Amino acid sequence: MSKVLKVEDLHVYYGSIHAIKGVSFEVNEGEIVTLIGANGAGKSTTLNTVAGLLKPAKGSIEFKGESITGIEAHKLVKKGMSLCPEGRRIFQELTVKENLEMGAYSRPTAEIAASLDMVYEQFPRLKERYKQIAGTLSGGEQQMLAMGRSLMSKPDLMMLDEPSMGLAPILVEQIFEIISTLNKNGTTILLVEQNAQMALSIASRAYVLETGRIVTSGTGEKLLKDDSVRKAYLGG
Amino acid sequence: MVSYLINGISLGAVYAIIALGYTMVYGIAKMLNFAHGDVIMVGGYMAYCSTSYMGFGPLTSVLFSMLVCTILGIVVEKLAYKPLRGASSLAVLITAIGVSYFLQNAALLIWSSNPKAFPNLFDLPQVQVGDSVVTSVALVTIASCIVIMLALTFFTEKTKMGKAMRAVSEDRGAAALMGINVNSTISVTFAIGSGLAAVAGVLLCSAYPTLMPTTGAMPGIKAFTAAVFGGIGSIPGAMLGGILLGVIEIFAKAYVSTQLSDAIVFAVLIVVLIVKPTGLLGRKLTEKV
Ligand SMILES: Nc1ncnc2c1ncn2[C@@H]1O[C@H](COP(=O)(O)OP(=O)(O)O)[C@@H](O)[C@H]1O
Ligand SMILES: [Mg+2]
Repeated sequence: MSKVLKVEDLHVYYGSIHAIKGVSFEVNEGEIVTLIGANGAGKSTTLNTVAGLLKPAKGSIEFKGESITGIEAHKLVKKGMSLCPEGRRIFQELTVKENLEMGAYSRPTAEIAASLDMVYEQFPRLKERYKQIAGTLSGGEQQMLAMGRSLMSKPDLMMLDEPSMGLAPILVEQIFEIISTLNKNGTTILLVEQNAQMALSIASRAYVLETGRIVTSGTGEKLLKDDSVRKAYLGG
Repeated sequence: MVSYLINGISLGAVYAIIALGYTMVYGIAKMLNFAHGDVIMVGGYMAYCSTSYMGFGPLTSVLFSMLVCTILGIVVEKLAYKPLRGASSLAVLITAIGVSYFLQNAALLIWSSNPKAFPNLFDLPQVQVGDSVVTSVALVTIASCIVIMLALTFFTEKTKMGKAMRAVSEDRGAAALMGINVNSTISVTFAIGSGLAAVAGVLLCSAYPTLMPTTGAMPGIKAFTAAVFGGIGSIPGAMLGGILLGVIEIFAKAYVSTQLSDAIVFAVLIVVLIVKPTGLLGRKLTEKV
């Protein structure tokens, strides 16, 4: 099992706020790793730093064996990293197809058509609506678009920040199914969720984040049975 | 009447070309580049110098002027605005005003405050439209404006870079996550805006052939008004706003009073903004959930 991502002793500040205080974790090829934790624990900050949107004050990030600490976000996409950000952040005024094309921005034009077909196959709903302005899609459709858009870069590592946020239970289940399928088809996944139950049930391994620090880690199965985790994140 | 209308449209077309620069930079870099008007002036001087001293023909002088202004736009963005990415918009605005004064004073040093007589680049006959006579400059201006509008629309709607610009304008962070280099996208925007300002400078000086270091200031402000009038951030809005502004200005000059024409123009702007705060074609900003 080769390491896809290795984060070591990461520290991130927002001005004087010390949001991440020495976080270390790793993701191996083929895994689904999940970061869980309460609101404000620092999950999004961690993902955004790995993706290059924020600069760490200290610590190192290695991606596929190469140090990527401090490299800008747009350069990391080409290296095979993709973040599907919190709140989806699709381009509301672009069409569905244009959104997907943006996802493939760093790839040769000749390869885009094939990837579009692949994403349309995964999300038939997007194919039906490819001409529609993305802002007019429903919440679930927007989440699918955000995920499809991430896939368009053909990532080796796909990071998802709360993909189930604000969705009806039936859609949540669908989203988790899609994540499992993507993983079975070979994409390594780093998943951030507040829905700990669902996340742990599909995860190979998990880390629990509390106010900027990792407090527990282990296999998804183990954490599902862990008393303190059950109390804090699984409602008893 | 017809000739007023055509003159108004042609003046408005110049405003529109300038307003496009304001609106694109605002849409993508999220800043008001108050130095934009002064790039027009630089464009005028470049065309003036290249024809008077360097013996360039009309077309090459326009291209030369565009080239210089494009480079100027990129350099100003890199030196003055890029270091302020993420700073408060007030700091950026003050910097832009500083750049504006810098350009005007640099021009003052180089070319002095004496007005230069701008050469007649488009030495074409006047044209008879119905029973009125229209200058060929007016027609060239309107034609340029239409071509620019079509080209820009095609660019932003259909090309990869154009789509990336729209993505950056909506959400910089998300655009970066797609692999889009936000900084170079902003650079391209400044380059396009400044190149267009050069065209506007040549057209403006051809219609009103006195060139001074302050030549760009008033048209710059009017074009900014036009951009707001049409809905800042919107390309068709800048076009519509510019042309309406030009027409209102010419008619106000012809039928009301030359002195009051600017007051009338701004009064119309105020009324429009009271009725529709986002401007004629401006969209309401979508709140993020
Ligand atoms: N842009 C910001 N500026 C200042 N503080 C922030 C910013 N974003 C997040 N924080 C703070 O950093 C901490 C971690 O936030 P975040 O990573 O968003 O948590 P999570 O994703 O786990 O809910 C919180 O205390 C939050 O208030
Ligand atoms: Mg979060």
